[in-house]
Amino acid sequence: MPLLELDGVDAAYGELRALWGLDLRVEEGETLAVVGANGAGKSTLLKTIAGVMHPTAGRVRFDGRDVADVADHRRVALGISLVPEGRRIFRSLTVQENLQVGAYSRRPGPWDLAAVFDAFPLLADRRNRIGAHLSGGEQQATAIGRALMANPRLLLLDEVSLGLAPVVVGDIYRALPTIAAKGTTVLVVEQDLGQALSVADRLQCLLEGRTVLEAPAVELTREQVAAAYFGLEEAP
Amino acid sequence: MSAAKEAPHAVVRRGGRSSVAGAAVMVAAVVVLAVWVPYNVSLGGLTQLVGLFSLIILATTWNLLAGYGGLVSIGQQAFIGAGGYGVIYLADAVGLPLVIALLLAAVVAGLLAFVTSFLVFRLVGGYFAIGTWVLAEGFKLLTTQVDALGGGSGLSLQAFSGTDRVTRIATVYWLGLALAVIVVVATYVLMRSPVGLGLTAIRDDVKAASSLGVHVRRWQRFVYVAASAGAGLAGALIAVNALRVSPDSIYSVNYSAFMIFIVVIGGLGTIEGPIIGAVVFFVLQQQLSSYGTWYLVALGALAVVVVLFAPTGVWGLLTRGRLEMFPLGHRVEVDRPAAAGGGRAGRRSATRA
Amino acid sequence: MTWVNAVVQGLLLGGQYALLACGLSLVFGVMRIVNLAHGALAVTAAYLTLWLSQRTSLPLVVCLVASVLVFAGVGYLLQRGLLNRALRGGELAPLLVTFGLAVIVVNLLQEIATANSRSISIGGLATSSTRIVDGLSIGVFSLLTLVVAVALIGLIQLFLSRTAVGRAMRATSDDPGAARLMGIDDRHMYGLATAIAVGSVAAAGAFLGMSTQFTPGYGDLVLIFAFEAVIIGGLGSLWGTLLGGLVLGVAQTVGAQVEPAYGILFGHVVFLAVLALKPSGLMPRTVTA
Ligand SMILES: Nc1ncnc2c1ncn2[C@@H]1O[C@H](COP(=O)(O)OP(=O)(O)OP(=O)(O)O)[C@@H](O)[C@H]1O
Ligand SMILES: [Mg+2]
Repeated sequence: MPLLELDGVDAAYGELRALWGLDLRVEEGETLAVVGANGAGKSTLLKTIAGVMHPTAGRVRFDGRDVADVADHRRVALGISLVPEGRRIFRSLTVQENLQVGAYSRRPGPWDLAAVFDAFPLLADRRNRIGAHLSGGEQQATAIGRALMANPRLLLLDEVSLGLAPVVVGDIYRALPTIAAKGTTVLVVEQDLGQALSVADRLQCLLEGRTVLEAPAVELTREQVAAAYFGLEEAP
Repeated sequence: MSAAKEAPHAVVRRGGRSSVAGAAVMVAAVVVLAVWVPYNVSLGGLTQLVGLFSLIILATTWNLLAGYGGLVSIGQQAFIGAGGYGVIYLADAVGLPLVIALLLAAVVAGLLAFVTSFLVFRLVGGYFAIGTWVLAEGFKLLTTQVDALGGGSGLSLQAFSGTDRVTRIATVYWLGLALAVIVVVATYVLMRSPVGLGLTAIRDDVKAASSLGVHVRRWQRFVYVAASAGAGLAGALIAVNALRVSPDSIYSVNYSAFMIFIVVIGGLGTIEGPIIGAVVFFVLQQQLSSYGTWYLVALGALAVVVVLFAPTGVWGLLTRGRLEMFPLGHRVEVDRPAAAGGGRAGRRSATRA
Repeated sequence: MTWVNAVVQGLLLGGQYALLACGLSLVFGVMRIVNLAHGALAVTAAYLTLWLSQRTSLPLVVCLVASVLVFAGVGYLLQRGLLNRALRGGELAPLLVTFGLAVIVVNLLQEIATANSRSISIGGLATSSTRIVDGLSIGVFSLLTLVVAVALIGLIQLFLSRTAVGRAMRATSDDPGAARLMGIDDRHMYGLATAIAVGSVAAAGAFLGMSTQFTPGYGDLVLIFAFEAVIIGGLGSLWGTLLGGLVLGVAQTVGAQVEPAYGILFGHVVFLAVLALKPSGLMPRTVTA
């Protein structure tokens, strides 16, 4: 049984449809990368999984259970944590407090303050600095750490590389294998194909709210993904 | 975040045939009030109707402030008081003709609003609201300290002392009616002018308006001054109608309660709403006057219910937006897709961007 | 010595203002709501405490605690029932709703309890004072009020900075959407914040009723003084609110020392001066969330 399973999910902002009958599954322990151009519906997909948005049709099943009637703030307790687009750090809270708030749901598991500071050493020195005074990379690390503090079974990452210098992106992506090694299933959304291919076991490409390509990462070439990404040709 | 991605879809609407009919009804009502009512209603009734006219002026100008300018003031009684004291002082101590004194009192109120706006405009939202109230309390305390204004007991109007009661009441009645009509029509004209476009943009979305280059602060100050001059005018009318002013009653925060309830119940951000609301309020006040202050409890409850469940007010419910007696030529309606589900998060994050 | 006395009495009076203001400050800090019914609630609590102490044989402290608890519950329900909904209606809605509530409450009190002024009797405590030097003595009850104000603000501050729920409340204030992603129910947090605020204003109202005569309309002044304390101190900072309360109290007593009728007016003048010269208040919060 897959950990996460989407069946024919439609999602919309008022009149504007953003997802069209989307199917997706993630096995426990695997890392799935979802890629796509601007406006492809990647963030909408993650928001629908996290319960911030509600699908207008279709099913979202987590661990075999239909989660339609589980509100967003209750999904954390089930083990779904979203690192949202734009990081959304609590600006008046210190790094450490941000992390502590992440543990609000008190799910047991391997992640605690020490483990997060281990995975993101740059945060350890900044633990008493408030969110508003952090650099983009520090904010992103805090956002990921904050989500990990809930000990999620499924971690949803929305464009963690956005707006960060390449070396910082490298630092952050280096932490992903550690996360996966602790048993956390990861779904990353990326525009950066290189990063996506480097960390993912499997890759799914969206175009205008539909899946155009889905395959194990090792079987894919950059060119194939790029073609699907820009909608140049139909995927196999 | 997403607001910049999609261009807002704008619709420009104008009034149609129904608004001509609506305008005809309004004109007819004014004619009846002007030529029939004075000869068929008791003097006491006329005095009460002047109260209705001042409520219409107050509500119309408060609506200008909150409904179009996005500024909630609970301190307009500062200017009601300034107008009330102003008209009596100007008519009696300075000796100006009553009509001139009345208009000048409104100008004085507007000037005071302009000067004090530099203080209260340092506050926003709810704190602006209480700040205006503190200002009104300050005005009241200062007034009681000035001997020329009668200290704590107030002033009586002498200008009418040679006039018989019927002439006096009729004069005040017609004056009040004329002023109410002028204020409503002036507000309407203002809203149809280019100024109105800026104001409507502010009402619809302050942040979008400022990003589109509307000088939000400048317009808001203008609206504040205009609305306060209107409050001054109403205050002058109230004083002339009652023949006296006293600090405790003319600076009473109850006026703010009246204005707010009238506008909210009638329909915030429409020209018609305050008029309808004033009539509803007036009737309720007359009907329930024997039950002490229960009418205020009832009105307060009604206002809360309207804000929460029918924010367009009575006028909005009646017309469902189809009918406008006062078609506003530049009514621009911006509709953008509602952020389904994500709305809660979207609202706050948008204000933070 | 009369001036020293005026300042000392002002500081003691300021304790009462700070106590009245901290709930207003908290609700604004967490939700950006300015609760215009704040003063009306304080006075209602004074009536409830008075009623309990007259109808039951319970000690006054118990009556006070009981009304604080009742009001905390009322605050929670008020937030969940009305204000959370109002928050969704834009910036004006919470203001209009709380203003409507204030008018309703004041007029209900007027009908039920009449406009006669009342006070809560505290026996000998009302007049007992300790003489420091000639011409300077400190009322025991006003000192108690000041101590309670400082303690309450300290406790709320500790709660916000040291407990998981307090941190969650601050996080919600920063970004309710992100807080939900952490498993925090923002509506519940808002309910708790208002419960604390209304509970604290109930305590403040009871203390007010023990130190002075009150009428249903007294809430107007309470709201204005609380507001002035918040603005003088600086938005979003509870210690600032304490400082603002003290400054306001001193301004009023020193003003009254100059000329008895000037007390409140002096308070307004100091408030307006702070607004003109340092609009962010004396102790502004450094990070505006
Ligand atoms: N809050 C919103 N309101 C209305 N429409 C929205 C909103 N958010 C996204 N959309 C629209 O929904 C579609 C999908 O957007 P989504 O944010 O899911 O794309 P994305 O793949 O995450 O893009 P990006 O790479 O730019 O983050 C787009 O057409 C976008 O314009
Ligand atoms: Mg996105």
